[in-house]
Amino acid sequence: MSAYPQGPPDSQEPLDILESPHGPRGPQVGADEWVARQAQRREYLPSWLGTAQRRFEQIGFWPKLAVVGLAGAVLPAVGLGGFQLQVGIDTLVIVLLALGLNVVVGWAGLLDLGYVAFFGFGAYGFALLSSAQLGSHGIHLPAYLSVPIVMIGAAILGLLVGWPSRRLIGDYLAIVTLFFGEAFVEFTNNVAPSVLGGPNGIVGIDPIRGFGFQVNSNKGYYYLLVILAMLTMAVLRLLDTSRTGRAWRAVREDPLAAAAMTIPVNRVKLMAFAFGAVVAALAGTIFAAQQISVFPTDFDTPILILVYAALVLGGAGSIAGAATGALVVMIIYDGLLRNATYSGYLFYGLILFTLVASLRPWRRLAAVLAATAALGFAVHAVAGAISASAVAGGPHSTGWIGAALRDWVIVPANAQGAGDWGYVLLVCLLIALAQVSSRWRTILLPPTLCLASFVWETKLSAEPAVTRQILIGAILIVMMVARPQGLLGARRVETPI
Amino acid sequence: MAFFFQELVNGITAGALYALVALGFTMVYGVLKLLNFAHGDLYMVGAYIGFFVIQWFGGPAKLTIPVPLLLVIMFVLAAGLVGGLGVAMERFAYRPLRNAPRIAPLITAIGVSFFLENSALLLFGAQPRIYNTSDFISLSSGIQIGSVTIDSVQIMVLVLGAALMVGLQQLVHRTRLGKQMRAVAVDREAAEMLGIKVNFVIAATFFLGGALAGVAGVMAGLLYNQVIPTIGFIAGLKAFTASVVGGIGSIPGAMLGGLLIGVAESFITGYITSTYTNLLVFALLIAVMLIRPSGLLGQAQLQKV
Amino acid sequence: MSTPERQGQEEISPAARPGPAAGGQPEAPILNLDQLSLSFGGLRALSELDLQVGEREIVSLIGPNGAGKTTVFNVITGVYQPSSGEVRFAGQSIVGQAPHRIARLGIARTFQSLRLFLNMSVLENVMAATYGGTRATPAESILRLPRARREEREVRALAEDVLSFFGQRLAGYRWDQPAYSLSYANRRRLEIARALGTRPRLLLLDEPAAGMNPTETHEITELIGRLREERGVAILVIEHDMHVVAGVSDRVVALDHGVKIAEGSFDAVAGHPAVIEAYLGRHPDDLAEAN
Repeated sequence: MSAYPQGPPDSQEPLDILESPHGPRGPQVGADEWVARQAQRREYLPSWLGTAQRRFEQIGFWPKLAVVGLAGAVLPAVGLGGFQLQVGIDTLVIVLLALGLNVVVGWAGLLDLGYVAFFGFGAYGFALLSSAQLGSHGIHLPAYLSVPIVMIGAAILGLLVGWPSRRLIGDYLAIVTLFFGEAFVEFTNNVAPSVLGGPNGIVGIDPIRGFGFQVNSNKGYYYLLVILAMLTMAVLRLLDTSRTGRAWRAVREDPLAAAAMTIPVNRVKLMAFAFGAVVAALAGTIFAAQQISVFPTDFDTPILILVYAALVLGGAGSIAGAATGALVVMIIYDGLLRNATYSGYLFYGLILFTLVASLRPWRRLAAVLAATAALGFAVHAVAGAISASAVAGGPHSTGWIGAALRDWVIVPANAQGAGDWGYVLLVCLLIALAQVSSRWRTILLPPTLCLASFVWETKLSAEPAVTRQILIGAILIVMMVARPQGLLGARRVETPI
Repeated sequence: MAFFFQELVNGITAGALYALVALGFTMVYGVLKLLNFAHGDLYMVGAYIGFFVIQWFGGPAKLTIPVPLLLVIMFVLAAGLVGGLGVAMERFAYRPLRNAPRIAPLITAIGVSFFLENSALLLFGAQPRIYNTSDFISLSSGIQIGSVTIDSVQIMVLVLGAALMVGLQQLVHRTRLGKQMRAVAVDREAAEMLGIKVNFVIAATFFLGGALAGVAGVMAGLLYNQVIPTIGFIAGLKAFTASVVGGIGSIPGAMLGGLLIGVAESFITGYITSTYTNLLVFALLIAVMLIRPSGLLGQAQLQKV
Repeated sequence: MSTPERQGQEEISPAARPGPAAGGQPEAPILNLDQLSLSFGGLRALSELDLQVGEREIVSLIGPNGAGKTTVFNVITGVYQPSSGEVRFAGQSIVGQAPHRIARLGIARTFQSLRLFLNMSVLENVMAATYGGTRATPAESILRLPRARREEREVRALAEDVLSFFGQRLAGYRWDQPAYSLSYANRRRLEIARALGTRPRLLLLDEPAAGMNPTETHEITELIGRLREERGVAILVIEHDMHVVAGVSDRVVALDHGVKIAEGSFDAVAGHPAVIEAYLGRHPDDLAEAN
């Protein structure tokens, strides 16, 4: 109805593509590959780091998996022993859980906040089938029977939980699954105590046993878990590059468009639920066998948060991300519980790492660190001059960190109350830091760092069990706000709905 | 029969608490379409604040100020501080995610909830803090209807709760801020384009919700006598159930839902057993979500394609 | 409802009635909307709409904003259930079926506001749409059994073939680029390509030329014609750009407030008084006369 200046298009030649100032041989917008790839190039780190990144990406999944598997297998020989083996086992269990959660949250985009209930189902299922719990002498099914039975049961349970939820949008699904998770804990705690053991759980669970073999040592469980983790990653990779993986990701992107493109959205969601449940249950069975006992509290919110933190930190949507996130989170989670020196390393190391990763240019970083040191010494000296008891206590960290900090951080003789107020003040400062402009941030950083060290030495490192939970929760929040794609995930573009 | 009415009274009192927490929850959902899992923990913080106010003024047995003044200070301080905490929570954890996909703030909310609970554990310890209400409020000065007792604390909860709910209704429907809140709840972009300061309105919503939760926390402390860091989580779940049952986004719905949950809980505990109470409340939620997801007073949501 | 609409329909000559443009014999229409009505509460979105699309026919659906055009698409694809009336595809009623089943029967669509799978690659976007045409189970995919491998090859070949339809635009190196890196016009093309991945017999295009400059619009017009010639699909197009409508349509249907107000060739409909009034309002002189 409107008239184009040149007349209707079908009466003349189509307009030429805009002439490039470089002439017909030079780059053309819309026609030139080098130009089109510009945005992609910017996603890599600058100079040789970027080249290294691209080379690394080209290597492909299977060689990388093989290397990781080898590294995992070789670790015990290189000197992992005793409690470190237990840490390794715990880590691998979390790796399995994160991998399963990745299918549900990372690929299908379903927020399952009751995921840990499937883990518990697997553990309790194995506990019931392979122990003295049921009947007069118990059903002592060998592992090659009880584990598959439990996994199939978990798949069915996953379908049962997912089916009524199929029409629920994100938030509602989250709540329903959260309730389901809570219900599981309540259930195992209160219902049928003679069968499920109530708050005292089930003890005396058989080890993994079958075909004449039996896993008897932590080392055995470690290797078993390494094999299972490798297998799971392989299976998930094969799925991801198939029609099922594409369907999951399409459903996450846009369920409406996916349905219009022949994808049965509800069925695909249920499949994701079931898969995640099966992987969690598998982890649960090994967990039960290795721990020899299961309790309702093993499957409560803290574990859920841990797995979510692992997935979010590593990168939801990526197999490597899930595994890496689990590794990092468990190093922090467990390391904080070891001894005061080790936890000190972790705490200060984390702070330094964050500073190095986010403060540019290097001069700024150096200035902040110098100011922090100076401020600390100054305040310490002043406080010591005013009141001897204000600095009478020593830092809680031991080893060379403690020695280095003695004259820098203030630790009063009676640290309790001061530590509490310091903590509240620290949280307020951190929130403020996130809101203010860049210049104010640089100014506020040194006092915040001093305060952080103060709170750590007086309060946090003295109560590592609670501190590590706080840290995990903080990781979850900070990652979602600052870098939702995690360390290894790909940046995502979201359509506002 | 008397037992029935006693349980009813207890249920309504508990329901008033749930309703207050559910109100804040549903208001935040209405305005941001966000299920703030950390809301229940605001209630917990309020309860602790109330406890520390009592300690500050000499402890439950040896108060240095008259009881009414103490109560006023407790409620005002809890409302103010917890409201402020709500605003801080929004600024730090939810505002950066305003335009992110729906699951992002949900995950963050879980993180915030966990963080708050464990911070409380760190600062206050796992040992319950006892209010010892009976030391400073004479529980025998209540009302007696037949053989049904409503003690003074329950009366206070009911009266104050009702007053707050009525006040909130007035605010939402009669004041300019309330109108702005309703506008932002319907269409945030359009509201912004009409000159409404959306950030301020959202902050105000969080403040109000937090204040209500804080007051509810103090009431809970007075009513149930003790506070531990984990009361927030369960209360949050129940408040959530109340909101959904009543219709999420609907203020009268939250009130109705809260009362229903409180009464249901009371009857289940009284007539059946307390072990299964939580499970049955959860079952109620699932049932409502399956049969009538929009709740009793809510509206079904259409999605424009 | 009032006289102009009724008049409009009576004025359509039998010669302009549906019949495939390429060839003579009247076939059963591939799509048949029969007295279709849809109400949202008090709002009547569609009122007793009759619409047919024949095999390999290109029909344009025009009308002012809010006329109900996208609603027609949503009802056909199963997103909304009609309040009354019938939707028949290749003779079979498809009312009440789930959207993914309808898609599998052979109806594909694009969206007015693009709904691509932005974080998936260009090739994956098209390959995802082939889900309904493949059968391999997850177990087969994991074990890379023969059927899974064969289907994967076929699906990839289909996607590459479909994308090559757009020439150099979505070729070669673009296959592995994430969809969010595409320009607007390329995204529109990818939407169409993805719809083609479902191997449809009927293609519903919702404003395919929206936001395009004259060159791109010309390309789209040619493209739609080629889609019918080379792929043999029937096409129902919603468009506002009359150049496109004029360039592609065998037949044009005009809607206003959910009611069909005109049907026929482009010239017949474009000059129809009811259509002009719907778009531009009544001339003040006519308004004065009516009063």
